[in-house]
Amino acid sequence: MSGILGSALAGDMLLVGAVILPLFALPPLLLAPPRLAERLSVLVLLASLLVALALAARVGADGAALATFIGGWRPPLGVGLRADGFSAFMLVMTAVVLFATGLFAMTTPGAAPGRVARGRMPPAFWMLLASVFSALNLVFLAEDLFTLYVALELLTFAAVPLVCLDGKLAQVEAALRYLLFALFGSVLYLLGAVIIYGLYGTLDIILVARAASASPGFVLALAAMSVGMMAKAALFPLHLWLPPAHSGAPPAASAMLSAVVIKAPIFLLVRFWLDLAPTGLAVAVAPVLAGLGAAAILVGSLVALAQPRLKLLIAYSTAAQIGYLFLMFPLAVVASPWSALAWTGGALHLASHAFSKAAMFMAAGLMAEALGHDRISGLSGVGRAVPVALVAFGLGGLSLMGLPPAGGFIAKVMLLSAAIHLDAWWIAAVILAGGLLAGGYVLKVVGLALQRPAEPLAVRPVARWREWVALALALVAVGFGFVPLEPSSFLFIGRPASWAGLVP
Amino acid sequence: MSTPTVMGLLGAALSAIGIYGLMVGRDALARLLAFNLLGGGVFLVFGVVARRGAGAGFGADPVPQALVITGIVVAFSATALAVALLRRLAELREKARAPRPAPEGEA
Repeated sequence: MSGILGSALAGDMLLVGAVILPLFALPPLLLAPPRLAERLSVLVLLASLLVALALAARVGADGAALATFIGGWRPPLGVGLRADGFSAFMLVMTAVVLFATGLFAMTTPGAAPGRVARGRMPPAFWMLLASVFSALNLVFLAEDLFTLYVALELLTFAAVPLVCLDGKLAQVEAALRYLLFALFGSVLYLLGAVIIYGLYGTLDIILVARAASASPGFVLALAAMSVGMMAKAALFPLHLWLPPAHSGAPPAASAMLSAVVIKAPIFLLVRFWLDLAPTGLAVAVAPVLAGLGAAAILVGSLVALAQPRLKLLIAYSTAAQIGYLFLMFPLAVVASPWSALAWTGGALHLASHAFSKAAMFMAAGLMAEALGHDRISGLSGVGRAVPVALVAFGLGGLSLMGLPPAGGFIAKVMLLSAAIHLDAWWIAAVILAGGLLAGGYVLKVVGLALQRPAEPLAVRPVARWREWVALALALVAVGFGFVPLEPSSFLFIGRPASWAGLVP
Repeated sequence: MSTPTVMGLLGAALSAIGIYGLMVGRDALARLLAFNLLGGGVFLVFGVVARRGAGAGFGADPVPQALVITGIVVAFSATALAVALLRRLAELREKARAPRPAPEGEA
């Protein structure tokens, strides 16, 4: 009896702990001296990573979703937290990327005081990092549409200042534009949630999904919420805020924004269309999402090819890679054995993009630090200055191109085979074209960086271990290439009943 | 027309003006105000939902009222953050326009 009670308690603690633990970094940041506070923050990030791993292990061992109602209050008055397989997957991915970001942003130990002051991230960065962590975990765990609204706004408030940490004119402009897009997205989301409450008298996702039908009101609500999330996810044609915001931020902040913050609205779109919407409606709407995704891949990649600066190139590549996650929808919502494979491929692409993009932004930051600029035309020979960072960039790019053995390859194989078996030829064509275009912009940079420099480079030293952090993330992205080529049963733990028959 | 219907329509109209303003507004301040109009419209619609007592079958459902208050607080802080950014932007633009006495590092 006490054992059951103990394990139930531990489950609750894990869910609540995942949300509040990162915030324990805030008091030391306000009170302790900067260097100590920085180290304590990294420890808190590590602890949060362990909680995420424990949660995933628990979900995997139980084979069922972990759920709790805060304070024992049930809906409609109470709100629930729930971790299914997909949530746990996202939690672990986020925790690993953010912990690596923390390591990357840490001041080099033992460096001369003058250099430290130049390279040190301000305490505000660590506070925002902790807040982003907590808000993201809440997005992944919340079961209540209004809690999700609050989580999205917390995420916005934490992410926007990251863009303008240095306080330069262009960065403040980018931050303001990002904020207005994000607010537009949240308020449309709230409008949808309000309509749903008016229709069904509850905001609990599971209760709404049980009651939902394709009534005009519900369609309107889903449309408003989806457009809101597209604005936040920077899906073409609402992507214009992303490149200046992600390229203007300091490298550690760009890595976190491009790798994980952008995934929160996509996670919610998956929840809306796979969990909340009736299947018939989802099948009707999915091609629209995929069409926008295809446009994002083609336009984003072509524009990336033309960028003069490295960080802008990577930022446009994010706008393009987001598109693959939308290509997943028409393949994943139909009732077919192949949809489970498409869905696994989509989730894998999401994770491998997160790791490779974080690695690439960090590598680009190190190249810019070594050279003092990030103009692509001036990158010639940078491989001699920061070789490990260049390898990290190349391996991350390998995953974006979808070449074996990287994670992006296996994800694209899954999406491609599902597309071909479901007769969605145009999706297969876009996936292949997107890979070629990614090859274009990645190889352009790598080729230049490997060249012999025309004149000896004036290089500032960068901390080697920061290069290794970037490389470690890139290696994780490549490591995803070794997962088995089959639907992952972990991702389906605790998913709606309509999915149960599709998993082997 | 009953009061909830009138209020609901007014909320819809406010939301529509807000969305229009956000989409066509050139000026950041105008778009921020449009965001507030849109927020007001959504909260008004939520108030109407409360009046109908959709949730628990009460005469007036208390849940939306609690949520509207939270929403107003969130929208207020969003506006405050945006205004702070706008002011900083105005300062930086003014500084960029003024003739610089001496070059102080690369921008």
